[in-house]
This record gives sequence, structure tokens and C-alpha cells, in this order.
Amino acid sequence: MNAPVMEKTLRQHLSIVDCDIHPDHKSPATLVPYLAERWREHAKTFGAHTRQGMTGQLTHPRMMAAGRRADAFPPGGGQPGSDLEFMKQQHLDPNGVEIGMLVALARGGMEEQNQDFAAALSRAVNTWQLEEWVKPEPRLRAGIVVPQEDPISAVAEIERCAPDSRYRQIIISPRTSEPLGRRRYWPIYAAAEAAGLPIGLHPAGASGGYPSTGSGWPTYYMQEHYSFETGMQSVLASMIFEGVFERFPKLKVCFIECGFTWVPGLTWRMDKHWERMRKEVPHLKRPPSEYVKQHLWFATQPIEEPEHPHHLMDMIEWIGWDKLVFSTDYPHWDFDDPRYTFKINLNEKQRAMIFRDNAKALYQL
Amino acid sequence: MTRHVVASVVDIKPGEKKLVTVKGREVGVFNVGGEFFALANRCPHAGGPMCDGQISSLVAPGKVGEYKLTRKDEFVRCPWHGWEFDIRTGQSWCDPEDFKVRQFKIAVEPGEALVKGPYIAEKFDVAVEENYVVIDM
Amino acid sequence: MKVPHGAIDCDIHPAVPATSALLPYLDDYWRDQFINRHIDKSPFTLMSYPPNSPLSCRPDWRPAKGLPGSDFDALRRDALDAFGTKYAICNVLHGAVALFNEDMAAALCAAVNDWTVKELLDRDPRLRASILIPYQNPELAVKEIERVAPDQRFVQITMLVMGDTLLGNRRYWPIYKACEKYGLPIGVHAGSLFRTAPTYSGWPSYQVEDYVSNGAAFENMLVSFIAEGVFQQYQKLKMICVESGITWLPTLLWRINKEWRGVRAEVPWLDRAPAEVVRDNVRFTLQPVDAPSSDPDKFLRTVEHIGTDKVFLFSTDYPHWHFDGGEVLPDGLPEATLKKLLTDNALETYPRLNGGGTIGQVPGTQNNGEKIR
Repeated sequence: MNAPVMEKTLRQHLSIVDCDIHPDHKSPATLVPYLAERWREHAKTFGAHTRQGMTGQLTHPRMMAAGRRADAFPPGGGQPGSDLEFMKQQHLDPNGVEIGMLVALARGGMEEQNQDFAAALSRAVNTWQLEEWVKPEPRLRAGIVVPQEDPISAVAEIERCAPDSRYRQIIISPRTSEPLGRRRYWPIYAAAEAAGLPIGLHPAGASGGYPSTGSGWPTYYMQEHYSFETGMQSVLASMIFEGVFERFPKLKVCFIECGFTWVPGLTWRMDKHWERMRKEVPHLKRPPSEYVKQHLWFATQPIEEPEHPHHLMDMIEWIGWDKLVFSTDYPHWDFDDPRYTFKINLNEKQRAMIFRDNAKALYQL
Repeated sequence: MTRHVVASVVDIKPGEKKLVTVKGREVGVFNVGGEFFALANRCPHAGGPMCDGQISSLVAPGKVGEYKLTRKDEFVRCPWHGWEFDIRTGQSWCDPEDFKVRQFKIAVEPGEALVKGPYIAEKFDVAVEENYVVIDM
Repeated sequence: MKVPHGAIDCDIHPAVPATSALLPYLDDYWRDQFINRHIDKSPFTLMSYPPNSPLSCRPDWRPAKGLPGSDFDALRRDALDAFGTKYAICNVLHGAVALFNEDMAAALCAAVNDWTVKELLDRDPRLRASILIPYQNPELAVKEIERVAPDQRFVQITMLVMGDTLLGNRRYWPIYKACEKYGLPIGVHAGSLFRTAPTYSGWPSYQVEDYVSNGAAFENMLVSFIAEGVFQQYQKLKMICVESGITWLPTLLWRINKEWRGVRAEVPWLDRAPAEVVRDNVRFTLQPVDAPSSDPDKFLRTVEHIGTDKVFLFSTDYPHWHFDGGEVLPDGLPEATLKKLLTDNALETYPRLNGGGTIGQVPGTQNNGEKIR
């Protein structure tokens, strides 16, 4: 079983790139200085308008501390991830984070249905990331959050931010109102390609209007949490089968917070059924697996834990050592600690690739 | 093996815990209904600071749709992934054989006895008239 | 590789040739309705299996006229004789389950089941069948199970993996109670009623995406059965993932075991590792094999990851097109696994398939069947 490797390493020696860190707001007023007067009023009076039954909370209540590490509440108060000093102390310093990629989920425009408000929120969140996180802590990099259902505004936001090289990717929540391969999103990919920035797909909380599974809504959080993985499978398939990578041959996409051992099986499955159905998708010039190899990366968290840890090796071999980038998901509950996440023996080169070098190459850090 | 006096018994009430450092090692001292237990502050699953977690009861398995708490305050829940450990044994409830938190030998000794023998008192003086929690390490 | 004689094929798809063929099995009211409303001229073909799609029928199995699987003599020749099948379980996929009118669905399911007895089971002793149930309304579904269950040739029930809601939901439990009582496993088959989008981000453009998405749908379905505690409530119940693929299964076992340790308190009835529940209560038919046939090691490694060979059931998925010629089995499986896969697992899974089966020679060859390549 998994236990034996635990006692071995106490300190993180390798400096790492953490591809999934969540900064949070100090208070509901945090974004106010970054919003125009009109939207300050709107935020206060109307607030978020998203596609779910309740406002101000998720419909599947989380388990541990509303989905956060119970030990990540800053001593000075506020939400986990809202205090930069504490984040340094608890995570960046002890875990040897050389570069941390921010994924700003809270109150971004990803899920907001009012498209102008979504654009205003995205702008605010992006500026806030730079002003309150990246400027004071140069180890961090920002991710451009976009009002994804309004590609015109999304492109404008990408073009506004991209010239500043501290923005290193474009963040989209995969719970869109159409599968992400569909053409309404292509302007975003064109802008990403033009800016030379990868797309980082990270699930936000609320849905895009569809149940978390193809068979309807789950009852329990246990199921909802599982759907983070199955949802990403369909997003991946959509981007492949719609021909996104034929149209945008330089586009790179990183799948964040969905684990990775599902990738080989899905890839085989796509290849097999593409072979049978290829006349339906003549715009694909190659088997799906080739687009996966060339265009997609996967962040490791939450890592799957096989009953026999060495089975993980097969999966990594099949995906490719160069396609995994390490992520912790700090400060969320299913955090992966760089010291103990891989319960298999990686050699120095493999370790360096997954923990640092692959991400540096992907994001040109 | 040295005896370390880590707390006065009145410092840790039933249902409470205290994190202490012995020989540079973080140890959680738990009082379960008057009995003391010492567990390493590191979750055997993924290295989480286990003793920072919440002391909890066991959600007993039962029929579908039935929910009941048993063994009040006898478990600690790792603050990261929520794994439950039996404070008395250090064992994971889900995988008692494969995942066990390291336990340390712990005893309650009267101050009177302690002042005679060799011990190390961390950060406070031992008074003859009180009782103390002592860890062997 | 080819299959030795005497295997139990757990998934074939005969088709009702036309809805008019069901008229003799409907009562006066429904016959009148079907004729007056021209419902008897509707095909009741599922969107997941358009009849002319390459997935729906292998080219050399396609009948000269009519729906794939609707020619009984061809089915006997291509699905039974060609593989030397001992038993084959008929899954008649039918649009009755997609109707919103629950009473019409019940009448139609009953008609399909009665047609199945007369036109399939009575005509070849090798055939067994699934009960088509109107699970839009669990009460009516239970009634239908009780009506046909006395015929031991019905060996399971069929539901689709994507429908109104996740099937672990308690609203369906009366059905499972009946299944446990009558020794009927639940066959959950690939396909969608498209009550909701097949993906959490909406409607895919292409049928190939829909078909690929069945894998993820089966994952969510299994997690639903596990989290809801179906197998805690009905411990003897078996659920079979039919036409599901299996390469997604290792991830499911690893992920759900890990989640259970963290969120167990939400579902306290789940009193042991979910992977063990899967291995005890869930089975998988083998076609389509969704690992590359060009590299058998990948399939064999996947079987190792799954950690048991008692969960696999042989199937051809006739007439759906997943393989050519007689090459219905992945290469390289050890003999002990093959024996389980071809007969033993099915006998253990379907209590009504008593009588046993033996592995003999590959049909149409001189091999003695011992030499399993």
C-alpha cells in the first residue's frame, strides 16, 4: 500500500512551479477599487447572477471547511488564500515554490450571465491579481480571467492584459454554455494563439446551465466532486472533434484540477470510435491521440491514488513525461503536497520535468 | 529515551488538544475523556498537519439514510483531505491496517514523582502539587 | 482473437422490425391509438443508434433490407452460429423508454417483451433476454418486472446510462428491490435519452462525441450507485455496465477510493472501500474494447489495474460494429481469465443462466479449443 514512502522526505528540495494557486478576496469590498462606479453599484444592489438555485453559496455544500484546507485560515482573519504573507509562510516558502500560477476563481466573470458585468468583473479580477499579488510577490504569475460567454469582450480583455508578461495564461471554466470546441469560442483561441498564451481550463463552482453529469444532477458532493474529472473528458473530446487544433495549430491547453489518469483511456476510446466514425468529422486530419500529444497538458492535482502505487507509472508513460505539470490547488481541501504526492520513485530527471521544467516550457516562464 | 513534561493536565481539558514540540518534532496531545494520547503531527496519507484538524466523533455506518454520531471526540480529522483517525490507536478509520499515525508513549505523572527523577520540562516549571502529561521520546 | 465454442454472449441487439409488428401485443385501446395516430408507423429507434451509422451495424452484418438486427435468420447465423454461442442475451434497444407518456411507455415495453418471447426466445433455445421496463415510472416498471419475471429466460432488466436522472437515485429503488427478489441483474446500457446534455458543458456537435461520452456517463453512473448506497441496501444485486468500455475503470477505482476516505461522513452507509463494492457488485461487457488492438499490452495492463478478472463478461454487441471477422476477444488474455470471461463470470452474474457452459472449439475450425491463442 501507500504508506512506506511517507517517512522518506521531509523537505522539498527541488524548487517547483505550482500550476494551481487560488488567491481569494480579503473582503467583499476587495474588488471595489477596480470596478467602475456603475458596476460598484450593480455589485452591491444585484450581485452575482449565475445559473444555480441559490445565491452566495454552492448547491452541493463542500466537505472540509467549505472546500478549503482547515489549516489555511490566515491567523489575522479572512478566507484561506486571502493573505499573501500567510500564503508565503504556509505554502510558497516551505514548499519551494519558485513560480506560482494564480487561478483566480472568486468573483471572476466566468459564470456571470450579465455580460457587461462579467467583463467588468474579469477586468477587475485581472488588475487585482497584478496589483495585490504579482507586484508584491514576483514569484506569482497571473492568469487572465475572461467573460467566456461573450467572446468579443473576452478577446478585448486578453488583448488588454497580454502585453504584460506577468499574465502567463488565459483561464476559462469548462462549465460553459456550449462545449468548448464549438465555434463561438474560437475568437478566444485566436486571441490566445496570437498572444502566445496557453488556455488553462479550471472548473469554477457554478454550472453553465447543465447538470454535472450526462444523466442529471448528482445527489451528493462525493458525486459532484467526481464530475470534475468526467466533465473535463467531454471538454477535451469537444476541442478535438470540433477541429480546434486543426484551425489553431499553435494553441496549447492545460487541464487543471481534474487529475490525469483518465487521459490514456479517453484517448484510446476517441481513437477507436474516430476510426469508425471519421466520415462524420472529415475536418480531423489525424487520429485524436495525435492532437492530445501535441496540444494538451495536464496538471497533476488531485492525483489519483492507485491501490498499487506503481500503476501510476503506466499512466504517466502512456501520457508522456513531458505532458504533466505539478499543481497543489492551495488552499483548497484536496491539496497535493509536493513532498508526498507521488508515492512512486521518480528519478531526478522525471521529478524535474513534472515539478518544474514542463511548466516552464509550457508557460515560457 | 527521555521523559518530556509537555503540559499540566489542567491545560488540556477533555475533548481538547495541544500541539507541543518534543525533540524538534511536533506532537499532538489529546485528552479523550480524561485519557491522554500523543500522535505525530503528520498525516500518514499526504503529510498534512493532522493535529491542526478538528476533533470529531465517528459517523457510524448504518442503514442508508440514517446518520448517527458515536464515540464522541475520539477521532481527529486531518485538515487537508479529511481522513479520520482514531485518537486512541492512531489508525485511519477507512484503512486501519495500512494507515496509522505514529503514536508516542504518554503518561500522567504527579509533580511530586517528577521532581525526583530525570525529565525535561519544556517551557515551564513543575510544581509538586500538580499532575503533568509526560511523553517518552 | 477468436472465441472458443460455448461462450455466453452477454450483449446482442435484435431489433423489432417495425412498430406494426407490436400491434398484436397491444390491447384494444393502445392498438386503436397506435393505428389512428400513426404511431405504428414511427420507428422508435434511439437517437444514440441511428440505423445507418457505422456504429450501429457492421457492414457484413447489415441486412439487405430492414433495421440492423431485425432479420432473425441472419441473427442466428451471424450472432450465434458464427461464434458457437451457448447463450446470448438479447438487449432489445427500443424508444419506448424515451416516451414522456408513462402509460404508453408501459404498454409498449410490455409489447416488446411479449414480442421478445414469441419472436426470439421461443424460436431459439440459445437466446435469453433483458426485460424492457418503463422506468419513467418506477411503479409501472415494477409491475412489468413482476408480469414477465416468471419466464426464467428473462435474465436481467435494461436501462440506459443517460436518462432522466442518475440511476442510483432512491426513486428507482423499488425497481432494484424487485430485481433482487427475482434474481435479475440491472443491465445499464450505453446510450442517452437526451433529457439533458450528455456533457456538463452542453450539447456536442457530433455523434462520435456522444458515443465517446458514454464512458464518462458510466463513471458518473457507478459513482451514483456507490454514493447512494444501492449495493448497501441490496447486497446481492448486480449491476452490469453494458457496452461501456473499460479503460476508464482504473481511474474510477482510484479516484473513488480516495474520495471516500475524505467525504465518507456524507454517505456513512458506505462502510467499505468503493473499489471493493465495484468488484463485488458490478460487471462489464467487453465490447467495445476501448484499448488499442494494435498494442495488446495496454489492455492487459488495464486489466491488471482493475485488479480482478471476475468482472468481465464476454459480448459481441451484435450487430454494432466494433471488430471485424471473428476477432472478438483482445489478444493475450491468460487462459484462466478467458474461462472466467467466457462462461464462469456470466453464470455467477446471472442467477437465471443456470445450466453452465463449457468451452469447446472455435466454430468452423478444426482446433480442439484447447489452443487458445
